[in-house]
Amino acid sequence: MDFTTALQTAANAGAVSCMYAMIAVGLSLAFGVMGMANYAHGEFFMAGAYTVYAMYALGGMPYWAAIAAGAGIVCCLGLVVERGIFRPTRGNVLAGFMATAGLAFIIQVFCGEVYGWGLMRYIPKPYMVPFDIAGAAVDFARILVVPFAFAGIGGLIFFMRRFKLGRALRAVAQDPEAASLQGISINKITALAMGIAGTLAGLAGGLMSTIYAVTPVLGHQVILPAFIVVIVGGMGSIEGAVLAAILYGFTHTFITTIFDAVTANMVVVAMMALVLIIRPQGLLGRVAV
Amino acid sequence: MQYNFNVRKMGWLIPLIIVLCIMPFFMGRYRVEVAILFFTYIILAQSYRLVNTTGDWSLCHYVLFGVGAYASGLLAKYSGMPVWVAIPMGGVMASVVALGIWQPLLRTKGFGFFIASYALGEFVRLIWVKVHNPFGGPRGIIDIPYPPVVGTIDFSKPIPYYFMAMGIMLAMLFLMYRIDRSRIGDAWKGIHTDPLLSETVGISVPRYRLLAALTGAFFAGVAGALLVHRIGAVDPRVFDIISMVYLVIWVVVGGTTTFWGPILGVAVMQTVFEVSRPLLEMRPAIFGAILILFLIFLPGGLESLGPKFKRLFKKRSGEEAVSGYSP
Repeated sequence: MDFTTALQTAANAGAVSCMYAMIAVGLSLAFGVMGMANYAHGEFFMAGAYTVYAMYALGGMPYWAAIAAGAGIVCCLGLVVERGIFRPTRGNVLAGFMATAGLAFIIQVFCGEVYGWGLMRYIPKPYMVPFDIAGAAVDFARILVVPFAFAGIGGLIFFMRRFKLGRALRAVAQDPEAASLQGISINKITALAMGIAGTLAGLAGGLMSTIYAVTPVLGHQVILPAFIVVIVGGMGSIEGAVLAAILYGFTHTFITTIFDAVTANMVVVAMMALVLIIRPQGLLGRVAV
Repeated sequence: MQYNFNVRKMGWLIPLIIVLCIMPFFMGRYRVEVAILFFTYIILAQSYRLVNTTGDWSLCHYVLFGVGAYASGLLAKYSGMPVWVAIPMGGVMASVVALGIWQPLLRTKGFGFFIASYALGEFVRLIWVKVHNPFGGPRGIIDIPYPPVVGTIDFSKPIPYYFMAMGIMLAMLFLMYRIDRSRIGDAWKGIHTDPLLSETVGISVPRYRLLAALTGAFFAGVAGALLVHRIGAVDPRVFDIISMVYLVIWVVVGGTTTFWGPILGVAVMQTVFEVSRPLLEMRPAIFGAILILFLIFLPGGLESLGPKFKRLFKKRSGEEAVSGYSP
């Protein structure tokens, strides 16, 4: 592997890391606050991509408006899932997880029936000229996801440390009962967590829609890596999710470039098994899963 | 005597088995094939319940079903092992693979367990996709032999295979029923209800969880072997998470508190599956909606309707709450 290829791969790995960080942070936040795992999170990502397809590629609306609408729509989707699935099944991880798996089927069929199965949806790139970084040509969308990931995750961490509502979010994650005794409404906080998770996933989906093949099974490809990132980083830990996303992005992209994608997936799963054996609570997690 | 077959409780099985013996001669070829599939799925769903009694809802059970199919198919095709030996060997191989998978899994529980089992199952599946010799890569294996001709009975024909599958299914169900009712089965249920208390009374929780996993894997492997010698081919794409979710749907719809729940679930959902054949593309959405509705409105599954109706008619106070390990 020569220098330019390595640089190119590193740039791609950085973009993939940022994308998975945005997806996994939402997943981890929702798990920390509710103790619930959202299988349909991959479909949230896909819904963001399909919104950009419908509004920008089909509807001819501005690219940025489509991305913002995607984030907004998926945020609403998150609120609906919180109200419709996670609230009735609260306290039962398996029921919530499986019910969202059923929801994932429904969203897949909806996208397939409305926009067609099979071939990928073509989304024209809004900016055709690639960036040139020391000889490596990097697609505009891959550059774009980086500042959004920094702003989104940085803003979330700042919000959770400095704002009263953010502190309430952390309090519910630590001890829901004690938090509700302090006058914090658990329902509002879980809705907030799912809203944030949906916004981040929708944003990531919209931004990566010009790179990924937008098909009804897109979410299915994204969800397993996102879950692996959450487990390796430590359940409910946002910093851990970011760290694990970077590890995942670089490991997976480099092995895919040198060998092939199947080997890369196997290595990543083996790494996860190793982390579970040596450190069951994850890299930065505090309690064992 | 505890070990006797309780005729009063189990008597209704005898007419059912007689009906199952008469049915294939009037069903037509397609339905006989569907029935063979149905028998293997019953073993699969029941073996999944066996693992679930400890509270571990693993998401790699369908892959272990696949291990049985691959192992039995390969042994019968390449090593010339008789199919009768290859089928139990498929179960043994599934147990061996489960032994490896469960080493990291025993350190997790709850959500971590689902995801880790999903990922490790995917790892096994990717080995099949990646390794061309002997697993055949992404195309799988074809030309897996049927069971041989014994006397005048040709097991490559649907009806003899139907009876063979039914016999194996009944034997497996009987074994699983005995295990479920034994001390080991009680220990598994104890682990689910209260792990700390179980440890206090001397049950080694990791060891019994592993034992449940290995037992369940064995039966799943036998089911996979039974399927593969009928279909004659195996394809790694079948064993992905989507099939696994379908298996969970069967068990959730039926319920896991009693032994009969998963069988009921398979019967109902396979009927829905066959009826919804015209709506091929909509099928995942139908199944997903059924799953959500059951988990939210009837978490005990269909089997929990029985006691509910009983109470309704007897007009008794519902003091003996329907407790159990529903999902």
